[in-house]
Amino acid sequence: MSTYSGTSTYIVSPELEDAVNVSIALRRPLLVKGEPGTGKTLLAHSIAENLDKKIITWNIKSTTKAQDGLYIYDTVQRLNDARFGDGDISDISRYIKLGKLGQAVDSDEQVVLLIDEIDKADIEFPNDLLNEMDVMSFHIPETDETVTAKHRPIVIITSNSEKELPDPFLRRCVFHYITFPHEQLMEDIIRVHFPDIEQKLMDAVIAKFYWIRSINKLRKKPSTSELVDWVQALIVGGVDPGVIEESIPFLGTLIKKNKDYEVLDRQTDYDRTYRKYRESRSRYDS
Amino acid sequence: MFTEFFFELKSRGVPISLHEWIALHEALSLDLNRASLDRFYHVARSILVKDEALFDKYDMAFASYFKGIETPEEMIDEILKGLEKAKELALTPEQKAMIEALDLEQVRANFEQQWRDGRYKGHKGGNRAIGTGGTSTQGAFGYHPTGIRVGQGESRHRRAIQVAEERQFKNYSSDRILDTRNLKVALSRLRTLLPMGPEDELDIEKTIDKTARNAGEIDLVWERSLTNTAKVILLMDSGGSMDDYVDLAERLFSAAKTQIKDLKYFYFHNCIYQDIYTDMYRRSNHETMSLLRRFGSDYKCILVGDADMAPSELLHKNGAIHYFYYNDTPGIQWLQYIRNHFKKSVWLNPRPERVWPRTDTIPLVQEVFPMYELTLAGLTDAVKFLMK
Repeated sequence: MSTYSGTSTYIVSPELEDAVNVSIALRRPLLVKGEPGTGKTLLAHSIAENLDKKIITWNIKSTTKAQDGLYIYDTVQRLNDARFGDGDISDISRYIKLGKLGQAVDSDEQVVLLIDEIDKADIEFPNDLLNEMDVMSFHIPETDETVTAKHRPIVIITSNSEKELPDPFLRRCVFHYITFPHEQLMEDIIRVHFPDIEQKLMDAVIAKFYWIRSINKLRKKPSTSELVDWVQALIVGGVDPGVIEESIPFLGTLIKKNKDYEVLDRQTDYDRTYRKYRESRSRYDS
Repeated sequence: MFTEFFFELKSRGVPISLHEWIALHEALSLDLNRASLDRFYHVARSILVKDEALFDKYDMAFASYFKGIETPEEMIDEILKGLEKAKELALTPEQKAMIEALDLEQVRANFEQQWRDGRYKGHKGGNRAIGTGGTSTQGAFGYHPTGIRVGQGESRHRRAIQVAEERQFKNYSSDRILDTRNLKVALSRLRTLLPMGPEDELDIEKTIDKTARNAGEIDLVWERSLTNTAKVILLMDSGGSMDDYVDLAERLFSAAKTQIKDLKYFYFHNCIYQDIYTDMYRRSNHETMSLLRRFGSDYKCILVGDADMAPSELLHKNGAIHYFYYNDTPGIQWLQYIRNHFKKSVWLNPRPERVWPRTDTIPLVQEVFPMYELTLAGLTDAVKFLMK
């Protein structure tokens, strides 16, 4: 049995590593949730790289139907061929195009199937896939063929919790929630993007970023990708780390909602007042 | 195995099925947790818990079930921590040299061996190990530089119980999305599928037909795809006696918002009079009459409120709960207007049905609107009624 153990470009926590291996061993799909920018999608690529397998990505959109993942019967092409006499139109299998899930099931070798952002689809979507995911086999009535997996694919499903997933679907999954990176890990992540960043700037940025994230009233907390944008802006703008301590330049890269600006202002005022109060108290005490 | 843990989880409200419980045992039989409680914590969680909002409950159940169980990892960590304090051992140079020749792996292996032999049964804290075994290898390790340099003092893995007791997922339970799936499914029946939007779906039957008539010259026939065109107007009571049900009303609202494309919503307080509000705090109001004119009778009207008020609020002129608000038409009359305007309307009441007859005003409102409990069953019935 192959065991997953992370790759050089993707740092994996031991818990996640365990979850991946459990899902492979139990032959159940791994459902990965977590805040945006915590590397949910990259996980599948990392698994594929580490286990040396091909990856098939199925990006889910709001209009995606479960059937699309299995196969599409291209009637228009067949009609067209019938008109212009290209090829053998009596062979329907030429017009059956396997979808992403279909390809993964039909593959000659074991593949990693990434079903990305499953929550984007209709609320009934996961339920429509239950049986196919369970048995990894489906029937094509047009050609009366049954496609069955020779090697059960490793299935990684990501979700942003926009919609809740149905219980029967969840029961069949192994679940992992990727927590938001802690400060040390975040430093590593920034360093991957900006290898030459000054330590002073790094410290200031990290401190400020986690301070903003600690404000509970924020509607939308900034994520890793926004932090990376911000650092980029700070470096390009040549901002002095000392300035970050006092004010937040290029705030627009971090905060995207009007209300959140107000919340941040209020929190800044509150902190300042509180600090002054503490200072005055300490003077008084001594 | 761990059957009690299963019930512990269940009793704390983690919904686990037998299906998942069997999967866990399958994982254990494959030794996926590699006989470690720390790994068991994560492995079991990944199989049993499917929602980060429930992680906290899992943590509590885990801590209460496994508390007091000591594992080899814990023992070793504890002992090594104790050893760190024992830097000041007086040793001869030969002894030091002997110690330095040992590596940490060996030390760990030795400890584990000793522990398994039961030598440390009932052992509390690491300090005594050095004291008693001063001349033994254990005692000497305290001095051993690798032991300290590798930083075993702070254990590499946090112990499962510690992790569980930390309850780091506590906050996740508060900002979880309201459990609206069931409500959404109920509301999704509230759909009117009509061909709408651009003609983007190929009508195969008609295309073949036309093509054949056209002597094989392809003639594609497109049609509009079916879209949900349900129109719903939601009128919600807010404030006052509804405060207890805010959570429930919010769930309904968030479910409705995602499920129904054309959703209009307004607020009122206790009863509807000539004004209705788009925002309860800013008190930005609309005239109820113009609202009725604006929205056609094909809108399905759902009112949410406890309908429990002073009879005067419903029946009297100027009876509104706000002292300075004058209404020259009694509330019940306004409700009647609304009822008459829309072809289909229902009232959802968060209070349990059994108390309805015991209030002054609910029976009166019931005479105007068909009333359903704001529960999943009630909502399903209400939707059925709206779709009749």
